[in-house]
Amino acid sequence: MNQPGERMDLGPSTGVVLLVWGGLLGIAVLEVFLSFRQLAIKLMLILLMGLAMVQATLIISYFMHLRYERRSLILTLMPALIFVLVMMVVFFPDSFRLYHMKAR
Amino acid sequence: MASDEAMGATGVGHPHASPHAAERSGSRMEASLYAISSRKLGMWLFLVSDAITFAALLVAYSYLRVASENWPRPFRFSPSIVNATIMTFVLVTSSVTMVLAVRAAKEGRRRGAAGWLLATMLGGVVFAALHLREWLTLIHEGVRLFQNPWGTPLFGAAFFSLTGLHIAHVCAGVIYLGAVAIGAGRGRVSADAVEISGLYWCFVDLVWMFIFPLVYLMSARMG
Repeated sequence: MNQPGERMDLGPSTGVVLLVWGGLLGIAVLEVFLSFRQLAIKLMLILLMGLAMVQATLIISYFMHLRYERRSLILTLMPALIFVLVMMVVFFPDSFRLYHMKAR
Repeated sequence: MASDEAMGATGVGHPHASPHAAERSGSRMEASLYAISSRKLGMWLFLVSDAITFAALLVAYSYLRVASENWPRPFRFSPSIVNATIMTFVLVTSSVTMVLAVRAAKEGRRRGAAGWLLATMLGGVVFAALHLREWLTLIHEGVRLFQNPWGTPLFGAAFFSLTGLHIAHVCAGVIYLGAVAIGAGRGRVSADAVEISGLYWCFVDLVWMFIFPLVYLMSARMG
């Protein structure tokens, strides 16, 4: 039973769901293709993480239905999560410093 | 009792109101700030905390991967990358079946919802089986928690802890969906409950979208 004010909708149409499904698989194939191109590690990391973020956005928006929810919910959940992720990633460039510091 | 029922009907806050009066007199409940049920909000908050947990492991793995000069590249195109790509296909497809299960539940189609939930569970079981096969291949080649035959011993610990946590989520999800499927088939579980289980399952898929490129593709072996 719904609470007062709660909306009940069916979410994305079957066509949109299949489109997102195809998009996710297409991005996965692209990632596999890129992994065998022998790119520099930094570039590879940026490209693969960028594509993974696109996949995550598609899943959150359409499969997890967040695109169809109230903006207040999106603003409650996403900024806090993004802030914590940014705080973690701030320390990540230190790994490159560590790599170059090691004696050969 | 009749008097309790009558008193309960006066709503929340009445000193002799039945504890279930608020649920029965839904119109007197305070409207949800986010227009979703408390259970759904609770699941979203849990998923945000779980996302932070996985993010910490993924950042730690990536840090070790980049900082190590002899990080192994054990994943050949065949069978490892092919296997992992099939796992990705299976998990993404299981998310689609989960979305279809949620829609069937919202439309009141009990059997349809139960059927799509079983299909989702099957996808989860196939994913877990393929993943265990991958684990056994690496273990057979000598990879352990704190050693591996190719380079830095941290590879084993990082790989098994990250993928182990994910596979634990998959297995827990399969059990969770099984309980929801039984309830949905009998009409004892609401569409909201099916949707909430769908949130969890799609989150498991979402995490794999990061594990697949970071763990497998970044350590793919050329040739």
